[in-house]
Amino acid sequence: MLRFILSRLLQAIPVLLVVITVTFLLVRCAPGGPFSAEKAVPPEVVRALEAQYRLDQPIWQQYLSYLGDLAQGEFGPSFRYPGRSVNELIAGGLPITAELAFYAMLVAILIGVCAGVIAALRPNTPQDYLPMSAAMLGICMPSFLMGPLLVLVFGIWLEWLPVSGWGELAGDKVLPAITLGTGYAAYIARLSRGGMLEVMSQDYIRTARAKGLPERVVVLKHALRGGLIPVVAFLGPAFAGLLSGSFVVETIFQIPGLGRFYVQAAFNRDYTMILGTTVFFATLIVLFNLLADIIAVWINPKMRHQLSRSR
Amino acid sequence: MENPHSATLTQEQGSSLWRDGWIRLCKNHMALFGLGVMVFFCVIALLTPWIAPYGYEQQDLQLGASPPSAAHWLGTDIFGRDMLTRIMYGSRVSLLVGFVATGVALVIGVLWGTVAGYAGGRVDAVMMRLVDILYALPFMIFIVLLMVVFGRNILLLFLAIGAVEWLTMARIVRGQVQNLRHQEFIEAAFSMGLSRWIIIRRHLIPNTLGPVIVYTTLTIPNVMLLEAFLSFLGLGIQPPQSSWGLLISHGVESMEEYPWLLIFPGLALSITLFALNFLGDGLRDALDPRASKD
Repeated sequence: MLRFILSRLLQAIPVLLVVITVTFLLVRCAPGGPFSAEKAVPPEVVRALEAQYRLDQPIWQQYLSYLGDLAQGEFGPSFRYPGRSVNELIAGGLPITAELAFYAMLVAILIGVCAGVIAALRPNTPQDYLPMSAAMLGICMPSFLMGPLLVLVFGIWLEWLPVSGWGELAGDKVLPAITLGTGYAAYIARLSRGGMLEVMSQDYIRTARAKGLPERVVVLKHALRGGLIPVVAFLGPAFAGLLSGSFVVETIFQIPGLGRFYVQAAFNRDYTMILGTTVFFATLIVLFNLLADIIAVWINPKMRHQLSRSR
Repeated sequence: MENPHSATLTQEQGSSLWRDGWIRLCKNHMALFGLGVMVFFCVIALLTPWIAPYGYEQQDLQLGASPPSAAHWLGTDIFGRDMLTRIMYGSRVSLLVGFVATGVALVIGVLWGTVAGYAGGRVDAVMMRLVDILYALPFMIFIVLLMVVFGRNILLLFLAIGAVEWLTMARIVRGQVQNLRHQEFIEAAFSMGLSRWIIIRRHLIPNTLGPVIVYTTLTIPNVMLLEAFLSFLGLGIQPPQSSWGLLISHGVESMEEYPWLLIFPGLALSITLFALNFLGDGLRDALDPRASKD
């Protein structure tokens, strides 16, 4: 197990290097220098700025010194807002985005697993069709449509919940979390239904029933663990999706999180900011994929067995 | 998974595999409904320049934003432009992006997967390792980055989305080809002196078609969603061009006063995604009976 984790960690390094290199080159290839939009700036100011941001060095030297900065946990300065750095914005935005993602994940897993298991218990009956149709609806209703519609109905027409903000008014976290979570709830419902259906037809479930265990114990104690393996495998990609989903949700609800900063940086063409944030996001996503892989092996005895046998 | 016996079937029986699939599809009412909706939307999109009730840029500033009426079935936006017309023109871009980007993914994915699966050995290991590495990259963020750096160009959008979506296709095709490669009919073809390229083109690729069609149908809604997502953020299609994502994003700005500007483009997008997903699920059940429905 330890060797598996270590080898996976080692595999993550080339991936991260590719991400950093490609992002760095892309940002450097961008047409128009970072200062070209500004009005006529005296050449000495330009030179001073270029020196400050190391633009006067050859590109490989810039690349190497950026790698050095990254190794020390420095993601870089912001072009647009002198004095602010990517690290500061991450420090300010990350806790908010993490909280949003956590609530959204909670919504997704609670609703998704319940709906999936309920549907799998009686396949091809209304008890199956109803939650699965709702899940299909959730998949076909992207967050940028779901969010505004929720705001329209619950925020503006019914006036039950605040329409924007984060942690200012009571209940203002409800709509963003639901908006971000429902799409994933739908996927998780489909995955857990599929997983449960497969597990419920296995011999060990028949054995558990033959022992005279009540159905509740059979489902919750014996079937659920195996049935949720596809869901766990989905958590890594889901996390990446949550991050990009936060771009939209934080923009709609005006939440000062990382996603909104990223979209703003994209609009302002704040290249160093984009570079730093992209590298940070990529690292997070690679780490979470790793974590999801490890959990998948850990809860699946078959894979654990294969792992120890292949050694 | 392709039926392994299809290899030994004669021509007439071979075509009955597809007929079987069609019969199974016809029994699935939701899938047929999805197919019907998609055909309808595609025909409308193709004919839009001739059948649209108003001109694309035709404004009626005096009318302004008006709710649905007999003259404007889906209402008008703040410039008095007919929403039905704008949604019809938007469907052209949305569907075009969906089909073209999926086409890009299809070509790259099928070729990559076939070559890797057929070559096997070290070539296969290197090619699939590359796919693994690309898989781990946060592509959503890369697309945003590409759109920022190289401007919001529709051609680039096709390429960028296509470049993301080919990975799964490559994996599926490679698995198929690996299964097929050692079967007798491929050996027979080889012993008859057919060249590798002909074997790949005539024998391997056609036999992977079932799963490929299924996955293609399920990729189109993903691609359309991606385009709408980017357009919503203002990083995709740029005005004066229009797509459903862009219409939704404009609709959000004034949804409090004029909710129909949000609801109708949203409905158009949702119905399309719904139809494509049902069609894809139906095709999977029809062409790929052994695959489980998740």
